[in-house]
Amino acid sequence: MGIYLPIAELSVNVFVLLAMGAAVGFLSGLFGVGGGFLITPLLIFYNIPPAIAVATGANQVIGSSFSGAMSHMKRGTLDFRLGFMLLAGGIVGSTAGVYVFSILRSLGQLDLFISLLYVILLGTVGGLMLVESVNSLRAARGGAPTGLKRPGQHNWIHRLPLKMRFRTSKLFVSVIPVLGIGAIIGFLSSIMGVGGGFIMVPALIYLLRVPTNVVVGTSLFQIIFTSAYTTLVHATTNFTVDIVLAMLLMVGGVAGAQYGVKAGQKLRGEQLRALLALMVLAVALRLAVDLFIRPDNVYSLSIPGMG
Amino acid sequence: MAARLPFLRFALALAAMVAGLVSAAAQNPNPEGIQIGLSTENISITAGFSGADLTIFGALENADPEVARQGRYDVIVVLEGPARRIVVRRKDRVLGVWINLQSEEFENVPVSYSVATTRPFQDITEPVSYRQLSLGANNIYLQPADAEGSQPTIAEFTKALRERKVAAGLYSENVGGVRFLSQNLFRATVRLAPDAPVGTHKARAFLFKNGMFVKESSAQLEIRKAGFEQAVFRLAHNHGFFYGLLSVGFAMAVGWLGSIVFRRD
Repeated sequence: MGIYLPIAELSVNVFVLLAMGAAVGFLSGLFGVGGGFLITPLLIFYNIPPAIAVATGANQVIGSSFSGAMSHMKRGTLDFRLGFMLLAGGIVGSTAGVYVFSILRSLGQLDLFISLLYVILLGTVGGLMLVESVNSLRAARGGAPTGLKRPGQHNWIHRLPLKMRFRTSKLFVSVIPVLGIGAIIGFLSSIMGVGGGFIMVPALIYLLRVPTNVVVGTSLFQIIFTSAYTTLVHATTNFTVDIVLAMLLMVGGVAGAQYGVKAGQKLRGEQLRALLALMVLAVALRLAVDLFIRPDNVYSLSIPGMG
Repeated sequence: MAARLPFLRFALALAAMVAGLVSAAAQNPNPEGIQIGLSTENISITAGFSGADLTIFGALENADPEVARQGRYDVIVVLEGPARRIVVRRKDRVLGVWINLQSEEFENVPVSYSVATTRPFQDITEPVSYRQLSLGANNIYLQPADAEGSQPTIAEFTKALRERKVAAGLYSENVGGVRFLSQNLFRATVRLAPDAPVGTHKARAFLFKNGMFVKESSAQLEIRKAGFEQAVFRLAHNHGFFYGLLSVGFAMAVGWLGSIVFRRD
């Protein structure tokens, strides 16, 4: 069944989009990620213009992180103070990102930049995760205790000035790296259409030493606002948010996520991380191939100032 | 004698007039014309729109029955979408990566262009007249924004622009898409692509007689998004901020509903 997307201005198949949403929802339930980093490339593979895929991806991320953050709030694993500081940085980063987005688009280099960012980030994160999970799988098989390593308690970040106390996270740390991480995530969110959880979570754990149980809730909380802000700015400056597309993806995604959560309970943590790493690498590889292989057609058309 | 002279003058003048009329009639017996009519002036694109065939009826005026019987009248009908500026970009390899490098901007490029003809193009008239009339997907004049630029480059990008448009189904040709229903009544079927642009489209009909262009006539057609699509599109473009808020609100509502309906924890 075809449906006409009012903003993307093209006809697409409803079931393909619902299935896409459900598949990504399943994976996001399985791995506890927002899924933005999967939905945007998938939409691009499905010939949705990248500018619309990115802005709509950001919109879709709101839905999945909102329901996640709600349950974390009930359990008290959400550090509002830390979340708001990350958010302050996020808004600056996101504004800069949308600005860069418009410039790249008028130069005709937006698609390239999006793909490059995806390849680099997904490649790096996927690679690191794969190494880490394979190591812990090996260690588990050898009978050694598993679990993430806890490196030394202090590093250079903890020597920066302007310290602030975050009670829920039991943390006393400078606000500079907090704002910085927020800004980077905001920037990526507006350019890549991702929530940024796959960067935020490791950054909070390894750089700031936030307790793992607080990390996910706080990261989701911040992502809601960053992606909401990104959606708003894209909607006002670039007119690229397709509400019909976002709805279809979210409906599929919410349903798929439930099955993902159930399936996730049957798998062990290291196995899950290894699978997620493989999937992330596969997406990165697919995008990289497109960059290096001669395109079917080297010419492309665009309307100046539009998609 | 003198009295008869005026009468003779009158008779001569009359004869000359009659002769003149007769010869004029022989050269140009009431010039042929062409008219087209659209059954509707508005087409609405709804959620299920996946392209459509648009039928245009038309009639020849003062058609010569003799010429018509021999099938030497030809009609070409064009449905031309609104004109926009378009940038054509070419990817080239830089350090192994394909990057958009060169580009060429064109003005007033019809977003869509759909042609229907009575016979194959080469059988109707000479390539020169197609170019003069700027008629046919391969002949419409594409105006570069910077006409001073290098000619081979402009030619290359013009060709690429046509090819991309044809590949996207936005430029199409339907040979045999115009049928004569009677000696002077015809029906044309032009293709409306699934992603036909909204705006004012122009339908034009060209009449050829014995391979010569005779007359052109045109009509306008408004393509717009219907109901919901139009409301969404308008809202997004005229009230971007409010539309953004709405999108965010909807997303939160779906997320919240999802967590209630399914109880994830």
